[in-house]
Amino acid sequence: MDQILRLEPVRARTALGVILLLASLGLRAGVLPEDRADILYHYYDGGGVQIDGPSILVRKSVGQDLSFSANYYVDTVSSASIDVVTQASPYSEERKETTFGVDYLRGDTTMSAAWTRSDESDYQATTWNLGLSQEVFGGLTTVSMGYGRGADDVGKRDSTFNQPADHWRYRLGLSQILTRNLLASLDYEAVADEGYLNNPYRRVRYADGGSATGYSYQDEVYPRTRDSNAVALRARYFLPYRAAVYAGYRYYDDSWGIGASTFDVGYTHPWRRWTFDVGYRYYTQDAADFYSDLFPYADAQNFLARDKELSTFSSQALRFAVGYEVPIRFTDMLDKGSVNLVYDHFMYSYDDFRDIRGSGATPGSEPLYSFSAGVLQLFFSLWF
Amino acid sequence: MKARAILLLLLAMAASGCGIQPWVKPYERDRLADPIMSWERNPVSAAYTHHVLEAREAARGATGSSGGGCGCN
Amino acid sequence: MQPTNRARSMLAALAATVLMLPVPAPAAPASAPAPDFSLPARAGGDVSLASLRGQVVLVNFWATWCGPCRKEMPLLEQIYQRYKGLGFTLLAVNVEEDSGGADQWLRDTPVSFPVLFDRDNRVSKLYQVTAMPSTVIIDRKGQVRFIHYGYTPGTENEYQDQVRSLIREKS
Repeated sequence: MDQILRLEPVRARTALGVILLLASLGLRAGVLPEDRADILYHYYDGGGVQIDGPSILVRKSVGQDLSFSANYYVDTVSSASIDVVTQASPYSEERKETTFGVDYLRGDTTMSAAWTRSDESDYQATTWNLGLSQEVFGGLTTVSMGYGRGADDVGKRDSTFNQPADHWRYRLGLSQILTRNLLASLDYEAVADEGYLNNPYRRVRYADGGSATGYSYQDEVYPRTRDSNAVALRARYFLPYRAAVYAGYRYYDDSWGIGASTFDVGYTHPWRRWTFDVGYRYYTQDAADFYSDLFPYADAQNFLARDKELSTFSSQALRFAVGYEVPIRFTDMLDKGSVNLVYDHFMYSYDDFRDIRGSGATPGSEPLYSFSAGVLQLFFSLWF
Repeated sequence: MKARAILLLLLAMAASGCGIQPWVKPYERDRLADPIMSWERNPVSAAYTHHVLEAREAARGATGSSGGGCGCN
Repeated sequence: MQPTNRARSMLAALAATVLMLPVPAPAAPASAPAPDFSLPARAGGDVSLASLRGQVVLVNFWATWCGPCRKEMPLLEQIYQRYKGLGFTLLAVNVEEDSGGADQWLRDTPVSFPVLFDRDNRVSKLYQVTAMPSTVIIDRKGQVRFIHYGYTPGTENEYQDQVRSLIREKS
């Protein structure tokens, strides 16, 4: 069991002191993010589930030091995943998420704040994010810090069930220009969760000779806290001709006994007004300590989980993306526009989660579950 | 208490000045300013991708980065 | 160590690391002689700073890949048009190795002041350019009087005030 890092919210005074100190070091001014509007259509199809919807993002600067952004995002779920089919548990049909953000530039420091609200019929979440980014050392190094606080209300359809879940996120990042052609970054993020952290619909199964199928269900039981650490190292390199490659590695572990590694590589190739991207991502994780596909009997442990997202599995993903950019000359108000298509192909392969939708197999020896998913994104962007 | 003492000590050290100069000059940052070198060229797409991944995996965090670029101003 | 203290110490250590990082060296102090240089001009021929002695000269270091630089150019054009008859000139030094991009950009956004090409960054190093853009304002006697690092909306008003004050000074 890894060492538990129980973080409580950092005293506001110390954090504020650090922020003001960093802000006072500003020598010159940085630049705010570009003004732009994006409208995206997303479509996910995999494991019997289809989810699609829009995402609209608008960013506009006001004056010389403020930039506002807003995002409206919808997930519409149709069809049924393996969880739904095997346990006949209800699922959300639509989730809406709205975010408002502001960035403030002062000297070499950028301070940001964002508020996000996510709504579905049985889950509401409100999240605040604060960030600070500071260019130092002639602009070669960017130091960033972030704090996130989320408060969720977990509900259950056709029930008065309602439980809170709270989250805290702490981020530290360092981005470094190494050469004219090479950028690297190191990021650390700690997450602490407290409250009702499981899914009120999902259940675990245990061996039960008295049942026709050989197993029976009971509600899952999760710990009321979870603490995790993630560290990631990334690099981007500009090749001798106009193109870029990148590579990244992330290490993750948490207090539930889950360890995970992520590797990704990619290549970006611009050609005239086109930009092409290809990428590969490999992800692998170990199961949570209290996870099992089939428990030996009822109430076998204090904590019980059969969520495939907490199992031992690996996934590979291939990405292909193409974009086309158009300069806009007929009006001064618009700079350029672009259209982009991104396709990701995922292949998930589980080592200890079994596909129990068939019949005849002895409980515990059903085939291991695996599935593929295709994810499509089509978006238009406008710069002004 | 202790943290604040360390902070003040290092501030004094910084004020005295150290020796290394930035080795990539601002006028040499043309390639780093190229959009293909940004960590996230399209934030609306990156946000969606992060959401898809976090919803299906246990791991979370350490996904974002800022920095690089033209270093103007 | 208690977790809360650990988080606090982490933030403090980070802040301390940031403070440790050295401040870039300041550019040539004001009221020092402006180093002479000669660079090829986009319009043809070479332009040397020494040949402009007696005029107030604003030297702006820029590049097409730098957003604030591009924003600044039309405003420099306005300043040039207003003061060029009064003993003032403006030199825009492009710092790109390959000046093709600048050439193309200037065809879309023309300016009337001289644009010089510092392709090997000799002059950028000479003037210790530590930000993009950088603007150096030189008086009639060839002394550097004002230096600006970066461009934010409103800086062009400072340029105007400073240029006007130097024009009024007797040679």
